Amino acid sequence: MTADDSAAELDRLAELAEDVIRRARAAGASQADVAASVSSGLAVNVRLGEVETVERNRDRGFGLTVYFGQRKGSASTADLKPASIEATIAQACAIARYTEPDPCAGLADAELMQKDFPDLDLWHPWQLDVDRAIEIGREVEAAGRANTAITNSEGASVQGGDALGVYANSHGFVGRERGTHHSISCSLIAGKGDAMQRDGWYEYVRDARGFPAFAAIGRKAAERTQARLDARRLATRECPVLFAPEVARSLWGHLLAAVSGGSLYRRASFLLDHAGKTVLPAFVDIVEKPFLPGGHASAAFDGEGVATRESSLVERGVLQRYVLGSYSARKLGLQTTGNAGGVHNLVVAPGSVDGAVPGFEALLRKMGTGLLVTELIGQGVSIVTGDYSRGAAGFWVEHGKVAYPVQEITIAGNLRDIFMDVQAIGSDVDPRSSILTGSVLVGMMTVAGE
Amino acid sequence: MDSPLALAERSLLAPGGLSTHDLERVFSRVMAPSIDAADLYFQHSRSESWVLEDGIVRDGSHSIEQGVGVRAVSGDKTGFAYSDDIVLPQLLEAAGAARAIARDGNGAGKPLSIRGTRALYPADDPIDGLDNAAKIALLRELDALARSLDPRIKQVIVSVNATHDSVLVAAADGTLAADVRPLTRVNVQVIAESNGRRESGYSGGGGRCAYRELIDSGRAHAWAREAVRQALVNLDAVDAPAGSMEVVLGPGWPGILLHEAIGHGLEGDFNRKGTSAFAGRMGDKVAADGVTVVDDGTLPGRRGSLSIDDEGTPTHCTTLIEDGRLVSYMQDKHNARLMGMAPTGNGRRESFAHLPMPRMTNTYMLAGQRDPQEIIASVERGLYAVNFGGGQVDITNGKFVFSANEAYLIEHGKVTRPVKGATLIGSGPDVLTRVAMIGNDLALDEGVGVCGKEGQSVPVGVGMPTIKVTAMTVGGTAA
Repeated sequence: MTADDSAAELDRLAELAEDVIRRARAAGASQADVAASVSSGLAVNVRLGEVETVERNRDRGFGLTVYFGQRKGSASTADLKPASIEATIAQACAIARYTEPDPCAGLADAELMQKDFPDLDLWHPWQLDVDRAIEIGREVEAAGRANTAITNSEGASVQGGDALGVYANSHGFVGRERGTHHSISCSLIAGKGDAMQRDGWYEYVRDARGFPAFAAIGRKAAERTQARLDARRLATRECPVLFAPEVARSLWGHLLAAVSGGSLYRRASFLLDHAGKTVLPAFVDIVEKPFLPGGHASAAFDGEGVATRESSLVERGVLQRYVLGSYSARKLGLQTTGNAGGVHNLVVAPGSVDGAVPGFEALLRKMGTGLLVTELIGQGVSIVTGDYSRGAAGFWVEHGKVAYPVQEITIAGNLRDIFMDVQAIGSDVDPRSSILTGSVLVGMMTVAGE
Repeated sequence: MDSPLALAERSLLAPGGLSTHDLERVFSRVMAPSIDAADLYFQHSRSESWVLEDGIVRDGSHSIEQGVGVRAVSGDKTGFAYSDDIVLPQLLEAAGAARAIARDGNGAGKPLSIRGTRALYPADDPIDGLDNAAKIALLRELDALARSLDPRIKQVIVSVNATHDSVLVAAADGTLAADVRPLTRVNVQVIAESNGRRESGYSGGGGRCAYRELIDSGRAHAWAREAVRQALVNLDAVDAPAGSMEVVLGPGWPGILLHEAIGHGLEGDFNRKGTSAFAGRMGDKVAADGVTVVDDGTLPGRRGSLSIDDEGTPTHCTTLIEDGRLVSYMQDKHNARLMGMAPTGNGRRESFAHLPMPRMTNTYMLAGQRDPQEIIASVERGLYAVNFGGGQVDITNGKFVFSANEAYLIEHGKVTRPVKGATLIGSGPDVLTRVAMIGNDLALDEGVGVCGKEGQSVPVGVGMPTIKVTAMTVGGTAA
């Protein structure tokens, strides 16, 4: 797809969405909304200097939700032939005959719909053809394999993609969105036999001009892989834990899950009734910024057409609000926060309990002796209780310096305590995610090992 | 009853005016002297779900997906494209895109020949097999049952979902095979509250069967009771221990240990590339005496079962570890060909829009001789873990985790207090060498497994008898 036909394609999606809503209304729905999308992309994987896979993707489809009063039905299809569209409308309406009246069901209120649609700088198609993608993949992987510690490779991947979406509802709201995302990744292996270690690196951008030098991605993948050789285990202990930025964002993901409407109205959160209460140390400020130019989750409206706005989530350690769509807001007797479908960029300000704004090296020194975590595995986190126990790998740090790599350990605690025990947040922000955070230093956690 | 092939032709090819003869034309477009293999994967998939929450059946949804994936393979190179329109022009276009991986020549595939298959499950559509009113009634019954069991149950979420998947595989090696796959599932999640403490409990299950089977067998109601029981147990849980200790794993779902610790590491692709901790170890002793592990896609009605895999190969019961020795990998056609081995019926894909790769089906350890009580009694101080959430593995260094959500302390040979959820971590090539006792109580899981690999999800099963592992690291907080 080229930049030129995206506007026309968005118009076609909008036409489809409005037509489906019209027909759902004609079938008796009092309210309806449609989310329609088209995405396409190319993905090439190069391994040991040769092409391994070439994949072309093109996905499209729409989802319809109808309300018959307070009864809801949903249906979706990836097939846009007239008969399938007709069947999808009929299915949604049929389901709404069986669901039960829910006093909280319905579209978001009409007056909350977004009216301004600024250009958020999200559309940067990459004219990537197969030959060019192969060339880039080869360059990335070769740079990684030039490191003599590297013994094998899972390859380098180059992907370019674009997505168009329309959300429309029976308030007359029609919102168009288009965005591109491109990535380059490289995964390498160092060592042999029992000593083998794998790691890698990736870059993820909206505009391909934002990629660093391709070879640098391979070199970084190789350095990270090499650094894990000869990893040891640790004896079970309590110690400070520094989460590198690429894993620190998962902590904020858990915070978001705990303050999301769905967890709250189901009483399935360890932060129930915590709005207005202190959940983090006083130096911590977290703001949602939906209008960041080129942001990975920038959007002028949420999944219900509600206008998004810049808004504080945590200020001076105090939880300012929850993360709500209109359904969970009604369940809780509150107003939607424009977060149907999630948050639109979360910016975690760097700082520390002693007022300094540390970089990564300063964080290592501040921790002194403890565990630097660069990889987490498993899903051992309960949002209901806050209990946290995950597999980890990284480095043992002594006197502010990386001493040796570690593996086959777990880190554990309770998120409520972990959040209150955040000692510092680094300025070393990882730009590859919609959660923009630097490293996070936690005062004390239990590390289980030998 | 019509054969799966007749059903699949009718639902997948006929609407676009296609016949199997047209498929041969597509192959002549794909094939070239340098193309070693090519296949077409047609799929039509319907699914539905119904959700009850806060006492209200508040949501229902239905979705349809269909399309065709075209793959061309040259040596170890793969070209892939797909279309959601199953008509000849789109098919020829996708074929052209897929074969761009090899640039010259012209050949043809073999004539297609029908591969008969045994059916491991009924072809009937589970969505239409039970009327909507009965699905609603089931949701309400399970909600009422869960709430009636204990006043501390404050929230109940019940959902049912079903998928009806028709697939047709045509390959340039002459394969023409079809499968019609039902899949149903019931989930019950509860929140219990007592003295300001909240805990959750979850249970559920299903299989390649009609909803009716889950209801009439009493299994659905048993899951509601089980979810409640788990939540109440967890209300009394104390901090889990931290450190290395003896661990007894209960029967059934704890078999996720096998899936993570050795299953992924024995998938053919990782071994062909030499990136698995098990690469080059065929014939080696990788587990204790008496440990036999199989991957079995042939169990009737099981969630992980398939009559044929997604490349048209009939599924097998493949012995992976026999009496402690590594004897086989799991293979799809592509990796089997490159490794000079036979496919094992493990070529699976999430959908027509994804490439197949070696994946597990139902992976379990065969029963041993020990009485489970005797196994527990042999432990002075350790952990007895009977229920798990998810797991994950780094196949290269073999480190894996799986997270217990129901576990107890074993003290002086007796199961004592329940402990909070904790992650267990170990090393795949090492953990099964530490299996000291194997119970006589092999059980398969209830049918809830979803396995993720390279972004693709497929349903799987696991199973295990009670076993004792002499040392595993338990990731609790109590030192």
